[in-house]
Amino acid sequence: MFFIGIFGFIVRKNMIAILISLELILNAVEINFAVFNRYLYPEHMDGMFFTLFGIAITAAETAVALAIIINAYRSIGNIDVNNMNKMKL
Amino acid sequence: MEYSLLIIVAPFVLFLVLGLLGMKMKPSVAGIIGTLGMALCAVLAYTVAFQYFFQTGRVGETWAAVVPFNFEWLRFTDNLHIDLGILLDPISVMMLVVITTVSLMVHIYSLSYMKGETGFQRYYALLSLFSFSMLGLVIATNIFQMYIFWELVGVSSYSLIGFYYTKPSAVSASKKAFIVTRFADLGFLVGILILSYYTKTFDFGLLTADHAQLVTTSFAGGTFLGLSIATWALALIFMGGAGKSAMFPLHIWLPDAMEGPTPVSALIHAATMVVAGVFLVARLFPVYFFAAPEVLEMIAYIGAFTALFAALIAITQTDIKRVLAFSTISQIAYMMVALGVSEYGGHDGLGYMASMFHLFTHAFFKALLFLGAGSVIHAVHSNEMDQMGNLRKYMPITHITFAIACLAIAGIPPFSGFFSKDEILAAAFHHHPVIFWTLWIVAGLTAFYMFRLFYRIFWNTAPKSPKGDLATAQSADFKSPLHGAEHHTPHESPLAMTLPLIVLAIFSVFSGLIPFADFISSDFAPFHTHIDWLVAGLSIGVALVGIGIATVLYAKSSDKPAELARQMGGLYKAALHKFYLDEVWMWFTQTVIFRYICEPIKWFDRHIIDGSMNGLAWITQKTSSSIKGLQSGQVQFYAWVFIFGSLLIAALVLFL
Repeated sequence: MFFIGIFGFIVRKNMIAILISLELILNAVEINFAVFNRYLYPEHMDGMFFTLFGIAITAAETAVALAIIINAYRSIGNIDVNNMNKMKL
Repeated sequence: MEYSLLIIVAPFVLFLVLGLLGMKMKPSVAGIIGTLGMALCAVLAYTVAFQYFFQTGRVGETWAAVVPFNFEWLRFTDNLHIDLGILLDPISVMMLVVITTVSLMVHIYSLSYMKGETGFQRYYALLSLFSFSMLGLVIATNIFQMYIFWELVGVSSYSLIGFYYTKPSAVSASKKAFIVTRFADLGFLVGILILSYYTKTFDFGLLTADHAQLVTTSFAGGTFLGLSIATWALALIFMGGAGKSAMFPLHIWLPDAMEGPTPVSALIHAATMVVAGVFLVARLFPVYFFAAPEVLEMIAYIGAFTALFAALIAITQTDIKRVLAFSTISQIAYMMVALGVSEYGGHDGLGYMASMFHLFTHAFFKALLFLGAGSVIHAVHSNEMDQMGNLRKYMPITHITFAIACLAIAGIPPFSGFFSKDEILAAAFHHHPVIFWTLWIVAGLTAFYMFRLFYRIFWNTAPKSPKGDLATAQSADFKSPLHGAEHHTPHESPLAMTLPLIVLAIFSVFSGLIPFADFISSDFAPFHTHIDWLVAGLSIGVALVGIGIATVLYAKSSDKPAELARQMGGLYKAALHKFYLDEVWMWFTQTVIFRYICEPIKWFDRHIIDGSMNGLAWITQKTSSSIKGLQSGQVQFYAWVFIFGSLLIAALVLFL
């Protein structure tokens, strides 16, 4: 799942798709946190908390990213990263 | 005698005030402030001299060196440090008197002479700067302080020679003066460094104490190219002195320096700055005598040659200031010879005393000659003798004072020049006949060219062509149109100009009667001199012959001088062109230095230094342009590289 995310991040040109790939990467990491916590240190809850933090940060990041993508779409008319080559218009 | 500090502080403050605020003042106010300040200095200097010579200076049988003020300025090592201070001993006190007197006279004179010039305030500011530096030079407690003021003197001389900076010849003359003396000062600096490296001190008192024992012991045994290191150091220090004092072959700047205003020539290039070299050798005299007598011998021969050489040129020059310039070179060379032939202590140190004596008297009569020449130039607006003649009716005061100065420099008793010149000749007589006879001939030549000058200015016949025509205007001293354009008959100068002439004339007559040996001697112990009538008779005789020939040739207008010049042919022509020394230097700098030293260095700079720097820049640029494609701004590409790289590193860590 992590590598699916990376593959998507590298090859996709659509910003939404890149965002989804990024989510995949983060989720893969979070699942890893949860699973390894469960199997290695069942008496501790640190990994679970970390996962919860990760989910919160992911949500916030998604909100910001979507806001940026919407703004980008408004100003240049599409959301292809290859067209995102100017610092300002 | 702490108040002696004021003597050098006052001109410095004046320089700042006149330099910074001068433009806001009326010119006459600036001039009067400068003159009053200088008068204060002169009064202080006379007080110091009186107190030193008659109250505190004499300790038992000898003159003590008083250091009323000294502070440490820079410390290099435990022993080696540069101080700034005031050293009062007979020669520095004498120089204080000479400098402040001549400087005051020049200040007063300039009030009238420079009237109406643009930059009048600047002129006074620079005069103050010069007085400050020159006074600082003579009271220096150590050789490095002397060097600092030495350079300051050079700078102020440079800016005063180039005072008329709109005139190209003045600019090039000032540059020439600066470069030549600076070149000589390089030798001076190297000499100081060598000397201080071995002796671990700059202090004059320590260097000269106990027959310069410190120098003779600390240098023990070291040789370089067959001469001892002490000899090298002292010869290099003398090179600095030779540059400032215009000794052959570094004299070429002095005649050109006459482009400056005439009072400046009187102050700087006749009375004070140019004797700095003599003063330097005198200051270090015990060191020279005990550590490197061969350098003194060299000084004597260089001096004798320069005296003869300059006197020969002076005969042929037609620009009155140039005649005086070459005469100055010749007279300073006299002083150098006197130092060179002198021995240490008592009556053997006659040459040392004579040198200082001649410095003293020469300062007055040469300043008088220059100011007199300035007065003449002021009247006829020309430097050329051909434009003058028969001025004695129009300018009686200038005529008489000039005559006194000419008699003084020619060495006719009882004028001052006779006594000092006689002592020098006597000292040379005891040393070596060649030097003596050279100086003897020079004494005759001096009398001849001074009276040639005198007759051609004040007697002879007036020029045929009307004054102020085009040719005159071009060769005239560079005065503002206010002066230059007028046509009028010559007239006596105003009081502000004649008063200094009269005062200096009084000095020129009577300063020879001072029993100098009571005050100044090589070992600070007074001794008694007596006139050696054989030598005195010879010198008076040759001076009279010189005057006689000049009278025959120039008192009335005649064809005889031109006839004689034709007969002399080549010699006359060579002397007229200053023996082509300027051309030789020109050739030397252009061909030897520029082509064989500067060109290779230039090539090295262009190709090796610049080349390597350009090469570095070229490599950087090529590298960056070849890899700049990687910086595409594509985050995905960065991510790809990052992932690939981390996998690679992980693989390396895992499998190696």
